[in-house]
Amino acid sequence: MEEAVVQPAHVHAPPEGFIRKHIFSLDHKVIGKQYYGLALVAVFMGMALSWLMRFHLVWPTTKVPGLDLLSSTGAPGGVITPEYYLSLLTMHGTLMVFFVLTNAPFAGFGNYFLPIQIGAEDMAFPRFNMMSFWVTFVAFLVLVLAFVIPDGPPISGWTAYAPLSAVGKDAGPGLAWGQSLWAISIAIFCVGQLLGSLNFIATTLDLRTKGMTFMRMPICTWAWFITSAIGLLAFAVLLPACLLLLLDRMAGTSFFIPSGLVISDRLQNHAGGSPLLWQHLFWFFGHPEVYIAILPAVGIVSHVLITNMRKPLLSAKVIIYSMMSIGFLSWMVWGHHMFVSGMNPTSSLLFSFPTLTITIPATIITLIWLGSLYGANLQINAASLFALGFVSMFVSGGVSGFFLAQPSIDIYLHATYFVVGHFHMVMGVAAIFGILSGTYFWFPKMSGRMMNESLGKLHFWITFVGTYCIFMPFHYLGMAGNVRRYSSFVNDFMAPLMPVHKFISIAAFVTGGAQFIFLFNLIYSRFRGKQAPENPWNATSLEWSIPSPPPWDNFGGKHPVIYHDPYQYGVKGSKGDFVMQDSPEQV
Amino acid sequence: MASGNYAQVVEPSRFGGPDRASRSGIWVGIFAITMSFAAFTSALYVRQGSGDGTHIALPSVIYANTLALLLSSFTMEMSRRGIARGLGPEAFGLRKGMVWLVVTLVLGLAFVAGQYLAWRYLAAQGLYLATNSNSSFFYVFTAMHGLHLLGGIAALVYLIGRTAGSNYRFRQSLFDATAIYWHFMDVLWLYLLFVIGTRL
Amino acid sequence: MGKFFAVVLTLIALASAYPIVTHMYVQPVDISTHGHAIDEQLSDTMAEAGFAFLGAQLLLAFFVWRFSNRKNGSKVKHLPGGAKLMVATAFIFVGTEVLALGVLGQKAWAEVYFTAPKQDALQIQSQAGQFAFYFRYPGADGKFAPLHPDKIDEGNGNYFGLDLANDVEARDDIVTAELAIPVNREIHLLMHAKDVGHSFYVRELRIQQDFVPGLDLSVHFTATKTGKYEIVCTQLCGLGHYNMKAYLNVLSQDDFDKWLKEKASEQ
Repeated sequence: MEEAVVQPAHVHAPPEGFIRKHIFSLDHKVIGKQYYGLALVAVFMGMALSWLMRFHLVWPTTKVPGLDLLSSTGAPGGVITPEYYLSLLTMHGTLMVFFVLTNAPFAGFGNYFLPIQIGAEDMAFPRFNMMSFWVTFVAFLVLVLAFVIPDGPPISGWTAYAPLSAVGKDAGPGLAWGQSLWAISIAIFCVGQLLGSLNFIATTLDLRTKGMTFMRMPICTWAWFITSAIGLLAFAVLLPACLLLLLDRMAGTSFFIPSGLVISDRLQNHAGGSPLLWQHLFWFFGHPEVYIAILPAVGIVSHVLITNMRKPLLSAKVIIYSMMSIGFLSWMVWGHHMFVSGMNPTSSLLFSFPTLTITIPATIITLIWLGSLYGANLQINAASLFALGFVSMFVSGGVSGFFLAQPSIDIYLHATYFVVGHFHMVMGVAAIFGILSGTYFWFPKMSGRMMNESLGKLHFWITFVGTYCIFMPFHYLGMAGNVRRYSSFVNDFMAPLMPVHKFISIAAFVTGGAQFIFLFNLIYSRFRGKQAPENPWNATSLEWSIPSPPPWDNFGGKHPVIYHDPYQYGVKGSKGDFVMQDSPEQV
Repeated sequence: MASGNYAQVVEPSRFGGPDRASRSGIWVGIFAITMSFAAFTSALYVRQGSGDGTHIALPSVIYANTLALLLSSFTMEMSRRGIARGLGPEAFGLRKGMVWLVVTLVLGLAFVAGQYLAWRYLAAQGLYLATNSNSSFFYVFTAMHGLHLLGGIAALVYLIGRTAGSNYRFRQSLFDATAIYWHFMDVLWLYLLFVIGTRL
Repeated sequence: MGKFFAVVLTLIALASAYPIVTHMYVQPVDISTHGHAIDEQLSDTMAEAGFAFLGAQLLLAFFVWRFSNRKNGSKVKHLPGGAKLMVATAFIFVGTEVLALGVLGQKAWAEVYFTAPKQDALQIQSQAGQFAFYFRYPGADGKFAPLHPDKIDEGNGNYFGLDLANDVEARDDIVTAELAIPVNREIHLLMHAKDVGHSFYVRELRIQQDFVPGLDLSVHFTATKTGKYEIVCTQLCGLGHYNMKAYLNVLSQDDFDKWLKEKASEQ
């Protein structure tokens, strides 16, 4: 499919009035910022929850002042109970994976920049787009409601394994309305994501401007496109899973609950269901989900690196094909979360091969980045520092995957802190670094002002060193057999490991504190930052050809014409060592 | 010019841009819905491994519903082509297209009513949602399909409303997208009928 | 600042590798017959992962050191070999590694899962329930009586739901809270979940297997050293998950026989 025909008319009229401009806006840029804002709220909530968890693990009997106001049953006298710890854990995971990592890099930046980067006025379906954000917002409210109901939030983890999550309140506190709210929230979230993915795909296929062939789209556009394809299919599976879970919980069905279960001295009135069915459905979604979390960051980091290296990558096409391979392979590996789950052991081996194979495209991407750095004219700023930090974290997190991909090693490492270290490095750090890099890079465009560079660099250094201090030791704890999802460590073998936990908790408080530097920078710069020019980074893609911030219709009614790919760096252009995509000059 | 009672159809189907996006969009949506029903189907296969389902004899109203839905696809197609031919000054095709559209809507509603009758039939035999695994899946499959069909019905109502308004302009692509979706509901139902007929 | 990044990254990479290289992490002693295969696999993977980790981080550090904050007017250049070299390296390096790890790794997995328990393995049933493990030995008749969930009465010690009145085989079943086993004897552990998902994990045995409600699962293993080892639950099962444990007590054959007789008399 080559370039699309020029659009005949405005997609929607210019917005008027406060509500239309800022609340129920059809403008993809406003919607993108709304998603980002929601993610910002969710990430600080999630971070606060992790602080409470880290505090409890090291100082289990110490009061947290004021916590009993949030939950008198969960934290009587401010001391976190075992079940409340699990609630904090569940909500931390749910908020972070869904409302931060799926929202910010994909729905946030993607919504804002995809249409601009392909030369379109807006997304294909602005009304669906607006709906997708507000549906996601409702999902967020439903989830957070679980904090304030008497029984509290669910305690089954973000993975909500059945039958613990399916049988209801007999199995423990938080498993009554808390768990139901969780399932309802996630089901609503799926709908929002489906609407969003629909938009991304249709827009990328059909609204590219003249000259914008597929291969001339920036890498981050490709990343959003591939991610939306994955998301479309993944969330389409999670939604049925959540519905079946709700039916088991509220309508007495037995999709996931077998017979003969005695919980709290009560024989449960269910029969024939399969707990493994939940795991299969969940992880069939869950594994592609982690690539939904990381691929946009891969795209953003590539984009930021190219601009700051002042040279193209060794091959953008290879990165694009590698991202596609990752997307394709991601559907075949879900069973690696279930090696010791009671699944057929032959299946476990079958799943481990594609899992190990995914290392190949991931390595190709990393080597392309590294190889491209050779001979670069690398500019160091907050955005590029986070991008470089991403590369480092991607390696660290990916390498621990070698271990977990092998069933024999997983026998020993499953459900230990090794796993927690692995996924935090790739999702909790690398993906966040991608979001942060994108923020420092695109803030000037979105707000018309520059962020403070010194604060940005300070934020980077504390976060980079801090996250290594937090998550690298998790791997050593795992190797020693430290089990995860424990609210306290009462095992004999845990005593010598407690100093490591103390170190981690302190690192977590310091690193978390540094994020307030970022928040301050964000807010302060929004109002008092230096005015940003149209193209502060001398970059080539279309977003840098329009004012900062862009007008409501992006290109002022004009339709840009594209002459180049976005990698014209290190050339003798009329404006410097680059040529913009919409500039007809040849070099 | 078109008669005063009917809207003017603008922008015939073969344009690029937003029109093509509507068509891409509906196929993308269909893909997602297919994936959801694939998930439900795999749940059925896994669940049936426990062997605790008792065979459900489908009430004959189900077959009547199926016929109604198949017919409605035919009428939907007639409507779409009528509307397409109604392009430009010729109002005759447009009027005919509207009639077929209303017939489609009626048949769709008849299907939904008929499905409700099927549910009543099952309930009369003591087969409810939670009775056994086969009955659970029967209700889940028919409810999920019915829900999506209601979405299609809502689209039909919207189209009828817009077309009947006198000063309205709309895109052929909206019609095409609705038609594609409607046909998909038909195909999906045939698939589900096969599954519940042979597996439940 | 690019040079500073390079230095910090190098220090981080070396500091991360240090505990591994100096064996600071404490992996528990291996007391099983199959564990050595897992440990070897772990070592091999550690070496390859370490090589990849250090290689990538140090290369990143070096390139950032060398190519950041360059003099004005420095020309950009491209790596000889280009993308093709990177792709080839990835395929060859990772490809062989993947194959090696995957193929070799099957051995350890097969020892645990693809070999059937020996005919004379000692059968013991374990039950996991919120929040304790219980164990059942078949007694003199060598048979396990059927389980009746409706008869479970924890207050009276009937954890498994045995019907002593009607099931003759139940009368000699021995129920304990501790998993005692004879050393160097293969154990076939049957696994039953009472309520929700749990998991059986003994670090020293290099064994981990989920209890799945509704499924009859089992593991088999042979312990090679006497001693007391912790069995911990590793599948989130509710508020008491952190405290759900029992002891694996590996005894000499004589001591085991004595222990079993003692437990039988306590029933």
